[in-house]
Amino acid sequence: MTWLTPMMQELLIEALGQTLVMVGVSTVLAIAFGLPLALLLHVTGPGGLSPRPWLNRPLGLVVNALRSTPFIILMVAIVPFTRLVAGTSIGTGAAIVPLALAATAFLARLFENALREVDPGVVEAAQAMGASRGQIVWKVLVPEALPGLIAAVTVALVSLVGFSAMAGAIGGGGLGDLGIRFGYQRFMPEVMASVVLILILLVQGLQSIGDWLVRRLSHR
Amino acid sequence: MADLRIARVVILAQPDHITTIMRDMPALQADDIAIRLAGLSKRFAEGGTLALRDVSLEVRGGEIFGIVGRSGAGKSTLVRTINLLERPDAGAVTVLGQELLGLDAAALRTARRGIGMVFQHFNLHHRRTVAENIAFPLEIAGISRAERAARVAELLPLVGLEAKRDAYPAQLSGGQKQRVGIARALASRPRILLCDEATSALDPETTAEILALIRNLRDRLQLTVLLITHEMAVVKSICDRVAVMEAGRVIEQGPVLEVFTRPRQETTRRFVAEVIGHGVPAGTLARLPAPKPGEARRLVQVLFLGPHSTRAVISEASRDFGIDLDIAAGRIDSIAGEPFGVMALAAYGPAEALEAAFAWMRGLGLVIEEIAP
Repeated sequence: MTWLTPMMQELLIEALGQTLVMVGVSTVLAIAFGLPLALLLHVTGPGGLSPRPWLNRPLGLVVNALRSTPFIILMVAIVPFTRLVAGTSIGTGAAIVPLALAATAFLARLFENALREVDPGVVEAAQAMGASRGQIVWKVLVPEALPGLIAAVTVALVSLVGFSAMAGAIGGGGLGDLGIRFGYQRFMPEVMASVVLILILLVQGLQSIGDWLVRRLSHR
Repeated sequence: MADLRIARVVILAQPDHITTIMRDMPALQADDIAIRLAGLSKRFAEGGTLALRDVSLEVRGGEIFGIVGRSGAGKSTLVRTINLLERPDAGAVTVLGQELLGLDAAALRTARRGIGMVFQHFNLHHRRTVAENIAFPLEIAGISRAERAARVAELLPLVGLEAKRDAYPAQLSGGQKQRVGIARALASRPRILLCDEATSALDPETTAEILALIRNLRDRLQLTVLLITHEMAVVKSICDRVAVMEAGRVIEQGPVLEVFTRPRQETTRRFVAEVIGHGVPAGTLARLPAPKPGEARRLVQVLFLGPHSTRAVISEASRDFGIDLDIAAGRIDSIAGEPFGVMALAAYGPAEALEAAFAWMRGLGLVIEEIAP
């Protein structure tokens, strides 16, 4: 990064920090909310452990609505909610709210797919042994789906890196914002190149760690 | 050759032999009923066909009871009603004296721990080792880690998997996976073992091994086994009694030897024929000499039960009735441990003499089913 001025270097590091915070915190939140949501969708779904169409359908509808809204629009559309949760509607903290919300909906669907991949025979065997619903969820479904769940988190992380580039629109900062403001608007190709390079390395790193974990946990 | 139809003769060398065998079976000595299904009906979709139609069965303590049927006959649904994986629309399910349909969720879970189940596709946890899979039912029953380890150490040698303790299912062969499935089913010391097509995904050699293991475990652990299969050969090799299912109904049931030798329903006959068919190689009929002018020819299947030789019957019939008996095919096999011989005979002679010879055979206690002259 010697072609960058010390000031630009500092800005770049600051932006990287903002991106990591936005992506990291919203991923943790998305897992915390997305997994229970996915389990609820899976368990109450048709053919699930306890089908509840009256709960499953509206829930699926909300998840789909969140997923089909373009992120940049979601971000501004939920400003009142963001203000309520984060106390402000601008800045990195404020950007985490829409990021976490979009990621929750996204992860819930990916998690649900991973849960659906669990061999129904294993669930049936557990039922035949007298396992309770809770035991089936936490001792069969989640452990058996774990490699799939990790793969889903990897996909979500990579997508969030992309989403976080739009956080600049509400003053969230981050690498994407830096690239737009300096690399594009101030004609500093070296900044743009650095941003893109760091993003590529970040995504590659996340994907490799995810793949390695999935391989280690699969036992297939 | 189109006009040549095949007569079928079933010879029961000693009519009271069957009852003797049955009396000697330990299963039939036990008078307690392990599983009683009464008037079970089940319809999956509204307006759909009935998967079960008024099915009633009793499985006695200590026996291996087979349910045989084609796919879609309802046998898998039936076995699933026994631990209420499938809830019948009507009827009663009584297991070890306990009526299951009236139980609340917690009591049903406890009852299920007394019923082991083995599956066609093993249904093992991919991310648990052999030992962890076997320990799973104990884990959900809240048994301590130390007790689980002790029980697993008992079960591994029982199914011959000591060396595979820490292997994952993906590292095992089909037969080994099923051994894990069996050990897991037995972990909580159930008195009943349900086998749902337990050998259908295995090759013939492994099937024989697993069946031998099931029988061995039944003897050692005084288990009652209910086994679902579409293969009559499985029934023949280990079952004491059998029920034949078709279109959601039990169409025939009884001791295996009786059902094999005196099948009453057409479906049963076809199942039995799979295992003890006349076995006449294709083309044999075409090669048989035509009867002389004024003589008749009939091809019959003869089933000999028990230790009695077929030779005396054949030579005596030939001598006393002046007919020729030509052995077209034959083999010796066993059902439920009882030897029997199946033979295809081409009989030549005057029509009246053939009739008289068959009548004489009937007189010996043979069941002769005339399908065609």
